[in-house]
Amino acid sequence: MRRGLRDVLFVVLPVVIIAAVAPLLYANELLLFSFVMYLTLAQGLNAIYGFTGYLPFGYVGVFGAGAYGFAISVMILGLPPFAALAIGAAAGVMLGLLLTPLLRLSGAYFAIANLAAAQAVYQVVSNPALQDITKGPYGVSLSEVFAPRLSYEVGVAVLAATLLAMAWLRNSRFGLSLQAIREDPISAAMAGVAVVRGRTIAWLLSALIAGLTGAVFAWHISVFYPETAFDIGISIFATVFTLFGGAATLIGPLLGVLVLYGVYNTIGITVPQYFQLIYGALIVGLVLFLPDGLVSLLTRRGIRVP
Amino acid sequence: MLLHAALSGLVFGFYFTLVGLGLNLVFGVMRIVNLAHGDFLMLGAYSAFWLFGLYHLHPLLSAACVLVVFTLVGLPLYYLVVPRLLAARDSEMLSLILFFGLQQMIEAVTSIAFGTTERSIPGRVLGSGPVRLLGQALPTSWVFSAGVSLAAVALVYVYLYQTRLGMLTRAVMVSREEAVATGIDLHRVCAIAFGLGLGLAGIAGVFAPFMLGSVTPAIGPEINIAAFAVIVVGTLGNPLGTVLGGIVYGVSLMLMQTYLSSWANLLPNLLLIAVLLVRPTGLLGRRVRRA
Repeated sequence: MRRGLRDVLFVVLPVVIIAAVAPLLYANELLLFSFVMYLTLAQGLNAIYGFTGYLPFGYVGVFGAGAYGFAISVMILGLPPFAALAIGAAAGVMLGLLLTPLLRLSGAYFAIANLAAAQAVYQVVSNPALQDITKGPYGVSLSEVFAPRLSYEVGVAVLAATLLAMAWLRNSRFGLSLQAIREDPISAAMAGVAVVRGRTIAWLLSALIAGLTGAVFAWHISVFYPETAFDIGISIFATVFTLFGGAATLIGPLLGVLVLYGVYNTIGITVPQYFQLIYGALIVGLVLFLPDGLVSLLTRRGIRVP
Repeated sequence: MLLHAALSGLVFGFYFTLVGLGLNLVFGVMRIVNLAHGDFLMLGAYSAFWLFGLYHLHPLLSAACVLVVFTLVGLPLYYLVVPRLLAARDSEMLSLILFFGLQQMIEAVTSIAFGTTERSIPGRVLGSGPVRLLGQALPTSWVFSAGVSLAAVALVYVYLYQTRLGMLTRAVMVSREEAVATGIDLHRVCAIAFGLGLGLAGIAGVFAPFMLGSVTPAIGPEINIAAFAVIVVGTLGNPLGTVLGGIVYGVSLMLMQTYLSSWANLLPNLLLIAVLLVRPTGLLGRRVRRA
């Protein structure tokens, strides 16, 4: 466990401290929040994709469920933000539970079915027939609980908890058993690893992270539409960031977010279509030439990365 | 009303068979997911607009051109991308991401080149007035597109079951390792199947303006889900399964639109999940398809 402690001291702690003091140095809080959000989401995706090999293409479905869980608790039930956060997280986990049967599918089938599930949740939430509950396609406004500073700090706290969980996965027996399942489920089962339980726990952990992040997102921006909360681009970003840095590591997704999301924010907003082109080319090149991410430049040479 | 919904569903189903056919061929043979399938369909539609706008080319001729050109484009694209992908550790999963990247590139280039306005071709190009079938009136363009789809299915069927190359293709579908061990030139077989897959997507695109109304550069991902629902409901690698999947998809879509229209767009997603969970081999499947 000494390695785990080192990861916490040299990776988790600096990231959390920087995230916490960043608003004092830089005024664009929404941008900083987006970074924190993607740092968290990429790690949440890492828990399921990196460690078990299941790619949840519709990861944003859980995120959106968290956001709408928060919004509905505030709008309809009139709950205070922290209770609503718990409901949002619970909504994410519930959706995750509902989707656990999908883990029976392998490979691309899981990814596609997961995407279809996310689309289905989006279509239910945005359906005008449910306007009384979800406000349908017209979006929600949570101005009564709007608290950008506090919600940013909560976002950093969620990031900290997520990073700790990932540091544990990276260095624990459980995380190792998950990777064994990813490499070869049959051999892992024969070695005594509880395959189904391991996958389910990883997926639910991932869903909890996404649900909680979605809830904090809803609180922070407080006015949003179904297509914002269920934007498939969120799934894609989280996946590409994770893959770019290197899945199944602690710093891989961090690197991915800092580099790629940084690039996105410098050029992506002014010329979106050219950015989309560059982004697509980057993804293709990445898969072909560096399928294990940036960190594989080090791990290939036998250097261990956190 | 029920008869009309069922009949138009059938016609739509044949069209969606064509939409899924190319994806099915690529997935069945190479075990990779061409997530850019819907975008090749979109490119087919734009080629049709272009050929129609400049030369008033009949869509049937455009379809023939598109089939040839897209298949020829598919061959170098295959050699550029797929062999490297198949050699990777987890090619099925990585293919999703890689073709997503390609999809983004195609969408971006098309938006830059043509703008994001909706395009359509007037339906009367394919003949005016409705066609009467069993006392129900259907647009001629729908029936025409369905006829082209059936012809394409028949061609794929003949290719797979009556030609030598088709036999080799089926051998690769059953087991890639054993096919290679018996001396089959894997990459030649796969490259042709990949090219044909793109060609079929292109043909489906030529008729998309008539069946789907209008087309924008961003239509790809939506098409992919529908195509996936169709081929999963049917069975992988089996063109007849895709027909069945298309019919199930088309008829249930039309029934939903007739009786429960506000929820109709949920259908492809729910159908996909339900079939995957209840019968992961598809309706015609015998073997369990686990990786």
